Amino acid sequence: MNIHLPRADVTERTLAIVGELKGLEGPLIPILHEIQDEFGYVPEESLPVIARELNLSRAEVYGVVTFYHDFREHPAGRHVLKLCRAEACQSMGGDRLAERAKALLGIDFHETTPDGAVTLEPVYCLGLCSCSPSAMLDGEVHARLDETVLEALVAEARR
Amino acid sequence: MTVRIYIPRDAAALALGAEKVVEAMAGEIAARGLDATIVRNGSRGMHWLEPLVEVETAGGRVAYGPVKARDVASLLDAGLISGGAHPLCLGKTEEIPFLKRQTRLTFARCGVIDPLSLEDYRAHRGLLGLERAIATEPAAIVAEVTESGLRGRGGAGFPTGIKWKTVLEARGPRKYIVCNADEGDSGTFADRMIMEGDPFVLIEGMAIAGIATGATKGYIYTRSEYPHAIAVMSAAIEIARAAGVLGASVLGSAHAFDMEVRTGAGAYVCGEETSLLNSLEGKRGLVRAKPPLPAHKGLFDRPTVINNVISLASVPVILDKGAGYYRDFGMGRSRGTIPLQIAGNVKHGGLFETAFGLTLGEIVDEIGGGTASGRPVKAVQVGGPLGAYFPRALFDTPFDYEAFAARDGLIGHAGIVIFDDTADMLKQARFAMEFCAVESCGKCTPCRIGSTRGVEVADRIAAGIEPEKNRELLADLCNTMKFGSLCALGGFTPYPVMSAMTHFPEDFSPVPVVEAAE
Repeated sequence: MNIHLPRADVTERTLAIVGELKGLEGPLIPILHEIQDEFGYVPEESLPVIARELNLSRAEVYGVVTFYHDFREHPAGRHVLKLCRAEACQSMGGDRLAERAKALLGIDFHETTPDGAVTLEPVYCLGLCSCSPSAMLDGEVHARLDETVLEALVAEARR
Repeated sequence: MTVRIYIPRDAAALALGAEKVVEAMAGEIAARGLDATIVRNGSRGMHWLEPLVEVETAGGRVAYGPVKARDVASLLDAGLISGGAHPLCLGKTEEIPFLKRQTRLTFARCGVIDPLSLEDYRAHRGLLGLERAIATEPAAIVAEVTESGLRGRGGAGFPTGIKWKTVLEARGPRKYIVCNADEGDSGTFADRMIMEGDPFVLIEGMAIAGIATGATKGYIYTRSEYPHAIAVMSAAIEIARAAGVLGASVLGSAHAFDMEVRTGAGAYVCGEETSLLNSLEGKRGLVRAKPPLPAHKGLFDRPTVINNVISLASVPVILDKGAGYYRDFGMGRSRGTIPLQIAGNVKHGGLFETAFGLTLGEIVDEIGGGTASGRPVKAVQVGGPLGAYFPRALFDTPFDYEAFAARDGLIGHAGIVIFDDTADMLKQARFAMEFCAVESCGKCTPCRIGSTRGVEVADRIAAGIEPEKNRELLADLCNTMKFGSLCALGGFTPYPVMSAMTHFPEDFSPVPVVEAAE
C-alpha cells in the first residue's frame, strides 16, 4: 500500500504532532511513534520539520530513525505479520514455521507481497516463550503455532 | 451473590484464545440468566493450562483449563458456577502442585486480583509498603532494602540498596527513577506478566524508590512488542494518579512522585541501562562508557536509579514485611525469591517464583516436566540470548548468581529455555553471533564486526572447512569480544557460543563434505 501524501499535508500533520509532544522530556521517540501511527511510516518530508522544531540537525533525527528497527522509511503492507525468531521459538520448530510462512507468502523477511497485502517481519521475542512458537498479526498475539494455525493467519492477512 | 468468573487478560492467555472464551462466557451467562460476572485477571503463570478459567466458590477458587470457547457451554452445564466436576476441572487453584510448590512474594497477587482494581490491590496488602516508606526516613528505607539482600533482577545482580544509597547521597536539582522494562531476552516474560497482572506493585515500588532517594519523576521504559502491558500499565498509572497514590502529594504526604510509560522501538540493546537512558533522551541507543555511573549522571545527566521491573516490584513486600522476612529465603549471596521463567520445548512452561537454590535439574525435570516433544533434553539456555547452554551433566548447578558464574554461565533475568535432542548446537552458536550482529549498537568494534566474523566462522565449521583451525579462531574471537566490548551484548555473546562449543563438541565436528575426485 503506497500512500502518496502531498508534501504540505505531511508537514502540517508533523507540525501538529511535534507541537503536541515537544513538551515531554526526550520527545523524539514518542514523536516518531506518533508519526508512524499517523502515516504508517516515517516520511522523509517529516524529518526536516522535526529537526527544526526540536532544534536538532536533520542528521541526528535521521540517525535515530534508522537506529530503531520499528521505524519504517517506507509504508508496510495492509497487514504486518511478525514471526518470533528467538531461541524459545526455535526450540519448538520456529525455523520450519518461518520457512513455511515465506513459502506461503512468496516473500522473504522484510518484504511485502506484490499485492500490498502482507509484510513479513522477524521479531526477537514477544514474551510468549512458554507457549512457543508465537507470532503477532497487526498487534494481535498468537501462540502455540503450528502449520494449520499459520496457514489460517496468512489466509486472514491475505483477505 | 454474584459469582466471579476469572478469565485472564495476560498476553499469553490472549494468544491462546482467551478473548473468544470471554465472548462465549458472556453470551452464555446472558442466555442462561446467570448471576455471574467476568473478571479479567492476570495470569497465574501456568501457561500450559491457559486460558485458565477460575470460579470463586465458598471453598476457594476452582480452576478449569485449558479452556476453549467451544468448552464453555459444557462447563456451565457441568455446574462451573459452583465449581462442578468436568474433564477440564483442575480442582482448587491453590492446590495445583505447580502453584502450591512456589513461594510467591513478588507475584503474590498476579493472577489473583483484577489488575486495574486499586480496591483489590489494597485488599491484598497493597500500598502497605508505601505507607511504611512514607513514615520512614529515606536513609532507613535504603538500609532496609540493602539488608534484604535484594540484587538486580535484570541480570547483573548488583545490590539494589547500594544503588539507591548512591542516588540518595548524590546532589542534583532533579533525580529520576527509571524502570528497565525492556525485557528482550528470549525465554523471559516476568516483567510482562507483572505489568499486565499487577501493575500497582510496580507503581508502588517506584514510588518507594522515589521517596527513598529524593527522586520525583519515574519512567517505565518498555517494549513496543508488549502492547498489552503498555495498555494496562498506562491505565494503572492514571488510576493511581486519580487516587492520589501518585502526584504532588503521594498518599497525602509531603513527597511528590509521578511517572509515565515510554515505549522503545525494537532495539534489543536498549535493555542495556546506558543505552536505555540514551533512548529515553531521544537519541540512538548507543551504550555509554561507565563511569560516570547512572547513579551520579544518568538520565539527562541527573542522578538516576535504574532498576529492573522485578527488582522494583519486590520492594513493596520488603517494606511491608521487613528485610529479614525477604532475606530468610534463598541461599548464599542470592537472597529472597526469583521468578523462574520456564520456556521453550517444555511440558509445563510458565512462571515459577521460588527461593534461590533449586538445582537446574529440579527445575527442568520436576517442575517443567521435561520436554513438550517427549524427547530427551539436550541443552538448557539460562539467562537469555547472552546466557550459556547447559548440558545435562551440569544439572546439579543450584539456581544462584555465583553458582552459575562459577560454571561459566549466568542466571540473567532467570529465563530458562529448554531444547530437545534435535537441537543443533552449532546452529545455536551461529544464531547467537547473528543476533549480536543484528542488534549491536555499533559502538565497540569487537561486537559490531566480531559478531559478523563469528557468523562466517561458524558457517565455515558447518561446511567442514578447516574445522579445527576455525574452532580455535571462534574461541579467539569470543575472547576478544568478551574483553573488548563495553556492554553485555558484545561481552556476553561468547557465553552461548563457547558453552555450545565446550559442552557439545560433537556438533562442531560435522562430517566433511566429500568433494568429487577429479
